[in-house]
Amino acid sequence: MYQTIVFLPLLAAILAGLIALFGARARFPGEAPPAGDDGTGHAHAVHAHHDHHDHGHGDHAHDDHGHGPVEPAASGSRLVELITTTALFVSMILSWIALAQVGFGGQDIRVHILDWIVSGDLKIAWALRIDTMTAIMLVVVNSVSAVVHLYSIGYMHEDPHRPRFFGYLSLFTFAMLMLVTSDNLVQMFFGWEGVGLASYLLIGFWYKKSSANAAAIKAFVVNRVGDFGFALGIFALFAMTGAVDFDTVFAQAPAMSGKFIDFFGWHADALTLICLLLFMGAMGKSAQFLLHTWLPDAMEGPTPVSALIHAATMVTAGVFMVARLSPLFELAPNASTVVTFIGATTAIFAATIGLVQNDIKRIVAYSTCSQLGYMFVALGCGGYSIAMYHLFTHAFFKALLFLGSGSVIHAMHHEQDIRNMGGLRERIPFTYIVMIIGTLALTGFPMTAGFFSKDAIIEAAYVAKNPMALYAFICTVTAALLTSFYSWRLIYKTFHGQPHDVKHWKEAHESPMVMLIPLGFLAIGSIAAGLPFKEVFIGHGVEHFFRASLAFAKTNTVLEDIHHVPMFVIALPIVMMLTGWAVAWYFYTRRPDIPAELARQHDALYRFLLNKWYFDELYEIIFVRPAKWIGHSLWKKGDGWLIDGFGPDGVSARVLDVTRNVVRLQSGYLYHYAFAMLIGAAAFITWFMFSAGIK
Amino acid sequence: MGWPVLSVVTFLPLLGALLIMLMVRGNGPVAKGTARWISMWTTLVTFGVSLILVYRFDATSAEFQFVEKHNWLLGVASYHMGLDGISLPIVILTTAIMPLCILASWTSIQKRVKEYMIAFLVLETLMIGTFSALDLVLFYLFFEGGLIPMFLIIGIWGGQRRVYASFKFFLYTLAGSLLMLLAIMAMYWQSGTTDITLLLRHGFPAGMQTWCWLAFFASFAVKMPMWPVHTWLPDAHVEAPTAGSVILAAILLKMGGYGFLRFSLPMFPLASHDFTPLVYTMSVVAIIYTSLVALMQEDVKKLIAYSSVAHMGFVTMGIFAATQQGVAGAVFQMISHGIVSGALFLCVGVVYDRMHTREIAFYGGVVNRMPIFAAIFMLFTMANVGLPGTSGFVGEFLTLIGTFKVSIPVASLATIGVILSAAYALWLYRKMVYGTIKPALEGIRDIGLREAVIFTPLVILTILFGVAPKPLLDMSAVSVAQMLEGYNKAVATKTASTMSTDTQARINPVSVAR
Repeated sequence: MYQTIVFLPLLAAILAGLIALFGARARFPGEAPPAGDDGTGHAHAVHAHHDHHDHGHGDHAHDDHGHGPVEPAASGSRLVELITTTALFVSMILSWIALAQVGFGGQDIRVHILDWIVSGDLKIAWALRIDTMTAIMLVVVNSVSAVVHLYSIGYMHEDPHRPRFFGYLSLFTFAMLMLVTSDNLVQMFFGWEGVGLASYLLIGFWYKKSSANAAAIKAFVVNRVGDFGFALGIFALFAMTGAVDFDTVFAQAPAMSGKFIDFFGWHADALTLICLLLFMGAMGKSAQFLLHTWLPDAMEGPTPVSALIHAATMVTAGVFMVARLSPLFELAPNASTVVTFIGATTAIFAATIGLVQNDIKRIVAYSTCSQLGYMFVALGCGGYSIAMYHLFTHAFFKALLFLGSGSVIHAMHHEQDIRNMGGLRERIPFTYIVMIIGTLALTGFPMTAGFFSKDAIIEAAYVAKNPMALYAFICTVTAALLTSFYSWRLIYKTFHGQPHDVKHWKEAHESPMVMLIPLGFLAIGSIAAGLPFKEVFIGHGVEHFFRASLAFAKTNTVLEDIHHVPMFVIALPIVMMLTGWAVAWYFYTRRPDIPAELARQHDALYRFLLNKWYFDELYEIIFVRPAKWIGHSLWKKGDGWLIDGFGPDGVSARVLDVTRNVVRLQSGYLYHYAFAMLIGAAAFITWFMFSAGIK
Repeated sequence: MGWPVLSVVTFLPLLGALLIMLMVRGNGPVAKGTARWISMWTTLVTFGVSLILVYRFDATSAEFQFVEKHNWLLGVASYHMGLDGISLPIVILTTAIMPLCILASWTSIQKRVKEYMIAFLVLETLMIGTFSALDLVLFYLFFEGGLIPMFLIIGIWGGQRRVYASFKFFLYTLAGSLLMLLAIMAMYWQSGTTDITLLLRHGFPAGMQTWCWLAFFASFAVKMPMWPVHTWLPDAHVEAPTAGSVILAAILLKMGGYGFLRFSLPMFPLASHDFTPLVYTMSVVAIIYTSLVALMQEDVKKLIAYSSVAHMGFVTMGIFAATQQGVAGAVFQMISHGIVSGALFLCVGVVYDRMHTREIAFYGGVVNRMPIFAAIFMLFTMANVGLPGTSGFVGEFLTLIGTFKVSIPVASLATIGVILSAAYALWLYRKMVYGTIKPALEGIRDIGLREAVIFTPLVILTILFGVAPKPLLDMSAVSVAQMLEGYNKAVATKTASTMSTDTQARINPVSVAR
């Protein structure tokens, strides 16, 4: 069953890739063999064969989603939709069964598939590790992925390249499943980079758009910066424990405390260093402060992609990783402090930017960034299951918000700027309602899913004994205010008030059923994923539910303490949420002139936020340009002037002078050198024979 | 054993060359066709026979296998051939790449086809001989002999600046080899034998090791190529015909790495140990320096050439880390790089054959016309970047993890190359493949049947070795382990006599302090 869950999407991806490639082939036939050339006669059968092995990396032409000349849809589009979507729904159902069996039934499972890298004492296998952590992720990934597949049938309806799109989606799902089922850090790294690849391909799906290509590369490279840390963390763990599989590493973790690693002159505590390095990987994937710059740009991809990859699943991989490594982080309190600090900073930082953005998807993207910060706060405070709880609920309401935004964009003919919207609730009431549900859940309205998980995080920050806990508490509470404000700002500007673009408003239409059903499903999840799971995630059922998949140190009482916080801690987030809501309501329905006036009065601040704290510009100056400049000067000055100038060019210039005359005699110089070589060899042999004779 | 399989594999291509020489007359279409078909069949049969080597190879033994020994040159040197787990994979890589090279040259070479094919077949014999020679003199002859056909291939069938490139190639490699020749002579005087199997156990005096190591290093570092003696490679690649580039990247560069593994480390362990910091420095500089340079290239082949230098940096680093993972990773990386960079040069060849330019800025949006090519190119780009699941990852990962154990700064700095490689590789892909189609490229056709046949095995191997690299790793594991055992014993004997906390700390940076 578990193999099916993981490999069914791969199979679907391969089939989709094949169909995409064959479709493309039919449209652009290859080079015909030149007439009279007998060179191609001997391998007819092989031709189709190679397609089998490129996992749907196939690309072919597309124009910018609905604009420009219309291309005919690739052949087999419907078939691909059917194959991939069915496969994902099967995987989803099996995943829920798995959660019941593993999480509630308590049967952890290990499936060995194949030896991977074996060298000396390093042994890495392809294996599936199914415990509660994995089962939760299986449910999250497959559920969201299945509904996103379904939704995409409607959303991508006009796109001529659906086979490729669905192939990528399924490939992503497979990589993500490999990540969450990994039994060792290297397989996790495989999934980690695999989702990075799929994300790269999907962000750049509309490859004629220059901005999409740039965003795709940015996502991959920034993630690689994080992966740099991840890789070093794996190396360090192997150097310390001689293994990379979780069981061995965790068993040896206590023995590692008190050991040190010399890291560039820093006499570092081994566990702290390892955890920090691994966390660097998590920061990249989960778009945390300093490595967040790729996520907003990633919105260049189609909206279903944003919902699946850049909201619900891939970006939570960092959270999953830290939770999975809880036995290490529990022993590295300093690392946990850093995690708390980065998480809290991201939560507030992203929320401030979200306040002033105008692109509907970017607002939701910054909100994602901010919510991921919340999860890291929970992790840093030792509330691993709380983070998983928020991950679980967030997947539903954030996917809902993205797909809802997609429905808005779909209705508005690919308009994404909320300043051009308004009054849409009359035109697309169903979308309006589900967006409201998503927003309520995101802002933590009582009894919605987000309420339980988010409040638990704020409470955890309050009770934690971490040096950064107070900072985290203040940040998360303030961020709750901002979250509520920007979320309702989005709702009011999009759905309320007067339409700003009357033509598009009039033409706006509710999305087809294939898009509304997923919205409905996620809306239910946004409410129902909260209370029923509260007990097992943050209540007294944690120990029984998670068992060995999470580790809590003896001194870690966060899960107990959050049930005994003062009243004001419980009330504060609700107050914040209501305040933000009220302000947004007042600003955007009663007095729309106030926000404009505020922006004018605080122009510098407004620009600072609008330009995302100028991080892109900063990185351009301190990383991108110097790298290019250094590369260029190394090439021209280093290779060209220094090495070549004093090495071969100086010498060969002389040689060429001499041989120029010889060259005139019909490239005789070539044989000249061959001859010289022979003479050399002959001399060499002669020398040997004489030396033998002398003996 | 019966018949001498190894000799057959080595000299079959030479036989093919002779056949072409005798049978092909003139330069008409028929003559061209015959020359192509003879070389095709020769390389295919050679590959087929070489598979017997794989089948019969005993991976549990570190001894040389398929050994053949005949007296030669009055008993001073001998015709002594054999393979172990380090050389066998490279030999198979050679025989496997060759038919693809012939096929890649099928239509793009129209000038002096007969001579071209002869040069390639002779080159194959010399390359296989280099990797299987167990006698220093024999090794030297093969090693140096390989220069001539490659020099001719670049010089006759190359691009516009072929003369400059071939001279540069020649000067660099010749300068290195002359020093090696001196060292070989010195070794013979000291030990009285040129038999590699004996020399491996000989144990040279420490002072002599230093000089011999340096002399061999000069030759191998150029071949590798290591920074700063790498500048011949981009020029050679740019000017060489596609198949020449493939051979250069896939096989000839491996001679340097093979040399380190066969001579430097086991024969001069003390010197290797002393010079390790030098090699580390050169490797790390190579990885970062050439990756940065690759970022700024305007010529496709140059970019890939620079990325080759960076990847070879991982190999030298892994070899001199002298850990099981480092060395096994280096061997694996050599094979993987042979497949991946060879395939990348073939990809460049595909568009070059159609448009006759290597300028990156000329291309753009080819995905709109060449979807299959784009998919294949994406796969190899990702393998070049070292994406897990492709063969490129396994080698990089093993060399890094093996080096980290002995030197954290070196491994950490080298890992920066992982970020940079993503930057230049994806940038190249974006510029050439994505975007709207440039008007000049409107009529460009996707890959044809012949090209599909070339890429198919490479695609399969890239993924196969990425997902299941174990058979390949197993093949070399025992030989590597034995080589390291000797190396460590030699180093340990020396450090035991001059025990100091300084060296101890360098061997094991992961210290325990309570």
